[in-house]
Amino acid sequence: MGSYIVRRIIQSIVVILIVTIMVFVGMRLLPGDPIFMLINPNQLQFMTQEELDRIRQEAGLDRPMVVQYFSWIGGVFRGDLGNSILTREPVTDALAQRIPITAYLGGLAFLIAIIIGIPAGIISAIRRGTWLDTVVTTFANLGITVPIFWAGIMLMWLFAVRLKWLPTSGFTSPFDDFWLSTQRLIMPVFCLSVFAIAGNCRQARSSMLEVLRQDYIRTAWSKGLKERAVIIRHALKNSLIPIVTLAGMGIAGIFGGSVLIEQVFNIPGMGRLAIDALFQHDYTYVQGITLVMTGIVVFSNLVIDLTYGWLDPRIRYN
Amino acid sequence: MVQKANTTQEIVEAPARVNQTKRFLKVFMGRGLVVFGLVIVFLFIFTAVFGSLFAPYSPVKINPGNRLESPSAQHWLGTDNFGRDTLSRLIHGAGNSLMVGVVAVGIAAVVGIIAGMLAGFFGGWINIVIMRIVDALMSFPMILLALLIAALLGSGLRNVMIALGVAMIPVYARLMCGQVLAIRENDYVLAGKSMGASSARLLFNHILPNSFPPLIVLVTMQIGSAILAEAGLSYLGIGITPPTPSWGAMVNDGFRFVITNPLLSFVPGLAIMLVVFAFSMVGDGLRDALDPRLRGTI
Repeated sequence: MGSYIVRRIIQSIVVILIVTIMVFVGMRLLPGDPIFMLINPNQLQFMTQEELDRIRQEAGLDRPMVVQYFSWIGGVFRGDLGNSILTREPVTDALAQRIPITAYLGGLAFLIAIIIGIPAGIISAIRRGTWLDTVVTTFANLGITVPIFWAGIMLMWLFAVRLKWLPTSGFTSPFDDFWLSTQRLIMPVFCLSVFAIAGNCRQARSSMLEVLRQDYIRTAWSKGLKERAVIIRHALKNSLIPIVTLAGMGIAGIFGGSVLIEQVFNIPGMGRLAIDALFQHDYTYVQGITLVMTGIVVFSNLVIDLTYGWLDPRIRYN
Repeated sequence: MVQKANTTQEIVEAPARVNQTKRFLKVFMGRGLVVFGLVIVFLFIFTAVFGSLFAPYSPVKINPGNRLESPSAQHWLGTDNFGRDTLSRLIHGAGNSLMVGVVAVGIAAVVGIIAGMLAGFFGGWINIVIMRIVDALMSFPMILLALLIAALLGSGLRNVMIALGVAMIPVYARLMCGQVLAIRENDYVLAGKSMGASSARLLFNHILPNSFPPLIVLVTMQIGSAILAEAGLSYLGIGITPPTPSWGAMVNDGFRFVITNPLLSFVPGLAIMLVVFAFSMVGDGLRDALDPRLRGTI
């Protein structure tokens, strides 16, 4: 088990490093010199080459790419993600404001997806072929195909514009005004969770159906166990590994969705920051955001894998 | 009561020879939703290819005289902010959606399949390098990866196809790597090897054709995903450049007028959902008909 843990941790760190290198190099291949973003276009024509070079040097953009990378990654280990190229503010400050918002929304969506999606899939598998199964699978299939930004706009039109039950958009911290915050969260959290609910439901259903076909389930039935015992003690336990692994992989999907949903509902989270930074070619922001997002995704998958390696010896020997 | 079966005289009838095509069609066409999906997919492809012949108006011609009109006999789905006919833009947008879906999946499939075959067949450090890159790409939200690449290349139809194609490579690489590992244990691969077949021959003549069932299913489903992702990119303004019609951009354009003309956003979004749903259903049907064991893995 010890060597399995060490191997998985090393793998995870390598994955994160590969992502940082890809993003770092990718951002520097972007067309357009970010230095022109730093200067007022009206002033640009009066500037000499020396002044331009000085600004470039101050922003650290004159050094070779490898040096820039190591100086940045060195800072990361000291908890310093660098300063914004445009505003010169530390990236960690902005992220400290934005991460809690996206994490709050995404965390709620993740929980809802597990609480609704997995039981729905399991019930649908147990009652295979009934009208209940048909309804659940139809909704699950629609859920993975709906464009969530469109769903957000349509919900906004229905519940905010027409019925006036909910505020249209924006974000309020739950510590400032819990009731208003919750009202404003309902639509974005629902949109974020739709895909994950449907994905969990489909996975839970097929994983459960797979287990229900096994010999040991037939044995359990034939020795006269009650349905509850067969399903919960024998079937559910064995079907959970793929379900939870896939639910964990859904975290990346929720982050991806937050890019769209924060745009629709005008929520100042990491997704919005990512879009703004990309449009402005602000290297350090994009690097910081991708590092944090990948870090969260990789770390949560690591925890899930380690838990299962501990529960199921077949996994750690593979 | 109990009769002793006379096993020696019992005639066991050989099972009737099953026609593979018939069996395939029976399973494939057996589910109403799959047939529905197939009809929508055909309608979509037809519209995408021949749409320009029967679209009532130009999708890009600006007509300030009839801005934001409600549906009427002239404009079945009304007009947008520039007086352009929504139905015509929808019909022309189908072509762009299909092109993005097919080309992006084509890029992803070719690169991903080759990378996966190399990783699975040769193992060792080739496997380590390829699969770690795949892990890295997968730990990243696909839409954000596509956004990053699209920002890198600039917007426009061609760049969106490349961005989505690259973003979808890891799925194929991972599937193919797993397929190679499973298939190369088969006796026919060993037989080929013992007869001195080259690695390339083993890979392309034996392993690849035997991986077709899951690949066909994945390709079908991914065309839908690519269309969905393109809509997302265009919604954010990094996809297809205006005035070229794109369903995702149409949703975004209509957003500003959602209070007065909700139809402007509603119709293109519904079209996206219908087409993506159809591809997903056809993929499900193909999976069940080609290989029921794949249920749950794709």
